[in-house]
This record gives sequence, C-alpha cells and structure tokens, in this order.
Amino acid sequence: MKTTEELHQLLSETFGDETVTLKADEKVAPWIVVKPDRIPDIAKFLRDGDGLRFDSLMCLSGVHYLKENELGVIYHLYSTTEKHKLILKVIMPEHEAHLPSVEQIWKTADWHEREAFDMFGIRFDGHPDHRRILCPDDWEGHPLRKDYQVQEFYRGMKVEY
Amino acid sequence: MGLLDKKYQDSNIIIVSLEKALNWARKSSLWYMQFGLACCAIEMMATAASRYDFDRFGIIPRSSPRQADVMIVAGTVTLKMATRVKRLYEQMSEPRYVISMGSCSNCGGPYWEHGYHVLKGVDRVVPVDVYVPGCPPRPEALLQGFLHLQKKIMNETLVAGVDPDKAVVIQDKGGERIDITNVDDTDEHKKAQIEFPQQDVQRKKEGA
Repeated sequence: MKTTEELHQLLSETFGDETVTLKADEKVAPWIVVKPDRIPDIAKFLRDGDGLRFDSLMCLSGVHYLKENELGVIYHLYSTTEKHKLILKVIMPEHEAHLPSVEQIWKTADWHEREAFDMFGIRFDGHPDHRRILCPDDWEGHPLRKDYQVQEFYRGMKVEY
Repeated sequence: MGLLDKKYQDSNIIIVSLEKALNWARKSSLWYMQFGLACCAIEMMATAASRYDFDRFGIIPRSSPRQADVMIVAGTVTLKMATRVKRLYEQMSEPRYVISMGSCSNCGGPYWEHGYHVLKGVDRVVPVDVYVPGCPPRPEALLQGFLHLQKKIMNETLVAGVDPDKAVVIQDKGGERIDITNVDDTDEHKKAQIEFPQQDVQRKKEGA
C-alpha cells in the first residue's frame, strides 16, 4: 500500500519531474497532475508496475474550469490487490481539449470517455468508438460546460418550457 | 355476455345504434403499447399486476404498436425519446388514443426549467386524450384516467363534422332524422334543451 506522495515520488523518478505535479494539501484528497500526452504510459505503468497494480479505474470524469478556460479529466484509480487509491488529473486548454484514450488499458474507460466527450467535448485520441453516449448524435453543444447555451429547437421540437 | 344473461323474454335481437356498439367494443378492449420511460412505468406495472388488475377492464399490454389501441406515455420524455414516441404513435393503427401519465409527460415535471434534454410535455409531439396528474400517479389515478378515456370513447360519433372532444347534442326530430351537432354553451343550446327535454342528450367531454 502506497500513499499519493510515495506514488508521486515513483512517477517523477520514472517519467521526470516536469510530467507529474503533486497537489498534496488539498482538502479532500491529494492528487497528481499529469501532462496530457503522457497519460497512456503512466496508466500502463500504474496498472502493471510491481507494488502498484492499479487494476481498477473506478471513475473517469470531466471538469470544466470556466475562469481558466480549461477542461480537465480526472482518473480515480484503485488497486484491488494493493488496496491503495490514486487520483490523477489532466488539465488542458479549452481550444485543444484532446488527450490519448486509456480504453486499451482499462476497458471501463470506453463509456466513461464517451460520456466525457458528450458532456464536455473532450476528445480522446485512439478511442475505438468515439460517439456521443447520452445525447442524440445530432445534438448541438456539450451540456455540462459551464457556458453551455441550450439550442432553441431539436428536430422541430421546442426545448424551452 | 354475462351482463345480459336472462335479461330478455322473447328475442335475442338487440337494437342499438351502430356507433354506440362500435364505441362499446372499442372501450372494452383497450390494448396499450407496452413501454415505460421512467418511474411512472413502475406504477403502470403495478396497475397491470394482480392487486389493481387492468385486465378486468379489458386492458392488456401489447408489444407491437400495430396491435395497440392506446399509448400510455409513462414517464419522462427526453427529446431523444420523443422522436421514437412520435414514430411509435404513427405506427399505431386508428382509432388510437394517448394517455399522458405523470407530471413529466404532462408538462416536463421537475425538469421544466433546467432539463435541457426533456420535452416539456408529450402533447408537443402527439395529441393527448387524457392527462393523469401525479409524480408518479398511483395506480388508482391511472385507472381513473382509463375510465375517463372510456367515457370519451363512448362520445365518439360517425357523424361528419362533429368533434367528439366538444360537447355534443343529439336531437331526435322524429321519424328517421337525428341531428347530432356540436354546441357551445349558448342561449340557443339552452333553448334546445327546453324544447326537447326527453330526447336531448348532452354529452360533455369528461376526459381531459
């Protein structure tokens, strides 16, 4: 069982200081910020590394940081054998919100990434089935963005009350 | 024919107007489209189960729109589902009826303001005959809705130009002539009631 600090130490030794940043003094739980393009390598390392064995992606969710004009993806990881947890965050500017998919590493990510795409418009490169999951295919916009304006009509049906 | 057993002395011919016979047949076997959209569907299932027992009204679920007479829109109609609801309605053969069950399908329910994905009332895509209020309505309420629909069906007429949704007056003018017209609550109608106290039957829309 490893703490986030220990895991951060291990990751910065393996991938370099500039790739991972520890946020230790957060209120709820510490997390590690990761560069978007390194996420598949880090994910694979965390899943397969000895003493790490993060075999479960508990949740993958999107966030919109309106003031910063940024979009984020949060990975909640858990190891069923080592019994430790880890929170990874990827933060990207809104205008180039895309990052590699982790669907090949954790199958759970398939629908979670589709949801993050549907709700926030984050693109996951290399996803095998990159479609919307909840909204209809011809829906306009991404509803959980904080500056979202709903369309007036959908296929001739008025959306507003 | 349980209800009519041993009611007649000498003849088994029953004289009844064609539309009354048709309406009676229609209202007595309302087969509903079997699909549910949200928690209202749970109440709909409870209504169909043994405690409330839809079947005693001749109401049974059908899985094909081609064989269904009535569609119970039981739950939240999302815009994505609304396109499917409309298509299912169009696939039903006439005469067809719609019961809107619960606040969501009546008017959007709790999603009326911030539910970007919810259709604010299924009557925006299909014509609704009976609205059943509730969130979700109890089985008794749904049964009441069906009883209202049955009354409404009994008001239907074969006469052209008469809207069964509006109040109807039937005037037996003697001989072979029977006038069936839509009336408003005007003085002329009140006069007609006085002139034909026995024959004049006013049937109000009792459903919606």
